[in-house]
Amino acid sequence: MAGEIYKRPIIFAIAALIAVSVGTVVTTIYPMFTPQMHPKLENLKPYTPLQLVGRDVYMSEGCHYCHTQTVRPLKTEVMRYGEYSKAGEFAYDHPFLWGSKRTGPDLARIGGKYPDAWHYAHFEDPKQFFADSNMPKYGWLKNHPIDPAQAEARMKALGFPYTPEDIEALKGKNKLDALVAYMQVLGTAVAKKPQVTGMQAILERKNPLSGDANAIALGKKLYETNCAACHGADGKGGIGPNVVDNIWLDKEGDVTDGFIYFVIAKGTTAGMQINGRVGKGGMPAYDTMFDEEKIWSMTAYIRSLQQK
Amino acid sequence: MNDYRYDNQTVVGFIASSIVWGVIGILAGIWASIQLWAPELNIPPYFTYGRLRVVHTNILAFGLVLGALMGIFYYITMRLAKTPLAFPKLARVTLYLFNIGIFLGLVTLLGGYTQALEYAEFEWPLDIAVVILWVLFAIVIFGTLLKRKEKQMYISLWYIIATIVTIAVIYIINNLSIPAELFKSYHLFAGVNSANVQWWYGHNAVGSELTMAVLAVFYYFLPKSTGLPIYSHRLSIIAFWSLVFAYLWTGAHHLVYTPLPDWIQTVGIAFTMFLIAPSWGSVVNGYYTIGADWSKMRTNYLTKFFLLGITFYGLQTIQGPTQGLRIVNQLVHYTDWVVGHVHMGAMGWDAMVIVAAIYYIIPKIYKTEIYSVKLANAHFWLVLIGQLIYSITMWISGLQQGVLWKAVNPDGSLQYTFMETVAKIYPYWQIRTVGGIIFTIGMLIFIYNIYMTVRKGKANLATSQA
Repeated sequence: MAGEIYKRPIIFAIAALIAVSVGTVVTTIYPMFTPQMHPKLENLKPYTPLQLVGRDVYMSEGCHYCHTQTVRPLKTEVMRYGEYSKAGEFAYDHPFLWGSKRTGPDLARIGGKYPDAWHYAHFEDPKQFFADSNMPKYGWLKNHPIDPAQAEARMKALGFPYTPEDIEALKGKNKLDALVAYMQVLGTAVAKKPQVTGMQAILERKNPLSGDANAIALGKKLYETNCAACHGADGKGGIGPNVVDNIWLDKEGDVTDGFIYFVIAKGTTAGMQINGRVGKGGMPAYDTMFDEEKIWSMTAYIRSLQQK
Repeated sequence: MNDYRYDNQTVVGFIASSIVWGVIGILAGIWASIQLWAPELNIPPYFTYGRLRVVHTNILAFGLVLGALMGIFYYITMRLAKTPLAFPKLARVTLYLFNIGIFLGLVTLLGGYTQALEYAEFEWPLDIAVVILWVLFAIVIFGTLLKRKEKQMYISLWYIIATIVTIAVIYIINNLSIPAELFKSYHLFAGVNSANVQWWYGHNAVGSELTMAVLAVFYYFLPKSTGLPIYSHRLSIIAFWSLVFAYLWTGAHHLVYTPLPDWIQTVGIAFTMFLIAPSWGSVVNGYYTIGADWSKMRTNYLTKFFLLGITFYGLQTIQGPTQGLRIVNQLVHYTDWVVGHVHMGAMGWDAMVIVAAIYYIIPKIYKTEIYSVKLANAHFWLVLIGQLIYSITMWISGLQQGVLWKAVNPDGSLQYTFMETVAKIYPYWQIRTVGGIIFTIGMLIFIYNIYMTVRKGKANLATSQA
């Protein structure tokens, strides 16, 4: 009878094993053998040795406990971070690093968002960029050189392709270099497509808030918290270019207010053409963060800086 | 009196070790909680948030809870089998192996050696040690069960067996990895598949160690300490089998709205909803057991630990499934809400029941009474208040985060930068630290009380032998 089972420990254990195996097989083991668990985007490449070492640093330091790496297909999330994550982006991720908590922002689309210099400076002291940040400083990683032989062994373990030159190039590099290289490749298998439809008209527009004292004051506040760390408190540049010298996207000559609006709103994706000027990348888009009034206010403030 | 030569030394050894690891794990948690609002307390390379958090979770889950459970399981199994442990020397080996393993775990995690899988961070050599430990533990438990003098196996033994089996299955599969060096490996699975295996493990590590195992403790010590028989045997049979069956389907509720195939998410969510039934089977059983004589709440100081423990288990198992629903998940996932949820379970349910068991066991073993019921009551209120401050604060802050992340201006642009949403959370994180400290003071009082009980017991023993 069924009651017997409660008198036989081994049979009971087998019954328990069967009970736990059903869900295990259906939801975990069976899917492993289906192609939907092994998708790969066409543009996805295995990690280079430098990127892989960077990924190992990311795991060692537990970055994934505060930063997720998966953008959910929710409207505000796509606005904040970019295109939602695709299953085929993670084929080389052993293990996945999607995380479970966002104490800091998602990093799935961080690659290419900022220039390398931004990352170095931010790892050195996050508070320079975000005064209220609680992220620990990671500048100390630059004192830890990469061991090329170790990196090579790890590439072999994963079966990723590499050349002897790749390994040679690791000499003299440190763990911070690796971490920055990893940041820059994150999310790049999905092409960035800035939404610039309807922006052409803006390029010709004059700033409706031009010279408005209130707008300049608001613009100053926004500039100080969001722009100054890269473009300098006086606008004379740093990680990002000078914004008061009349050279825009490497080309001298004045631009319209609308042009400045455009760059703040949409950032500079590499190769993007704006009124005969070409972007190099490195400036993130701010239009998901700031409404029109704020962007025009920043434009007004930048103009006021130029006049100083 | 029963005169079995029960191996109490090993039981006490596990309990004492687990307390030491518990103190380390809790202090790591408090330190990490302060780092969230005072980042200058990050001391690289060993004591940054990214490393202390993993020390906190692993040392508490495996050092404190698993250590205490192994000791308590030996205690329960001997008594329910009415026989000493089958292999007492082997049992002693498990104690040493356990402590060596946790120590190495602590050192390697601080050193940044991690598999980066939540609750499976230990690197592969330690995983092998854990599997050996678990096999030896199983040999002692099953060996004892096979030579038992009591034919019928009581409910607690079902849960002990299920725990042993489930942990073995999930731990081995999720820790399959490609070793690259000693203390460096890569998950055998990649991407979406890696995520699916990991959260199937992650959820069931909690499901077996922090649920099934603690139910074993609950079902044994509630009747033992109150003298009240379990309300319904039939209910416990139904609850047991449906819990054990349903748990393993639910891991994907940790991956809602990720690129994991939708059908796995949906199946996970559905089974998560179903889990309310068996969970509440035990809640009903617990409440009706105590309900047979409410005066026990007044006359027996341990009753309230069990009552509040099973209450938080009940709340936990309603809150958890609710969080799995897509509509709720999209708001609270990745926020502090989930942190509050976990800590209600850990501090409200697991810690309550396990300390109650230790309060029962230690005086029994040392043939004495608890040193101070007053201190035990103070402990109870402090951990209760500390836990409530902790989890309620996290729920509020979690909802706030979820809403701030979604807030949009009239023109459709986002209302807050990420930094602005973090800055608003600092006060909650400070309150959370206060809750954690209150909880810790309660636990320190508990440790003192246990220590004094042991001293009293040893003194009595010395006088009676003199």
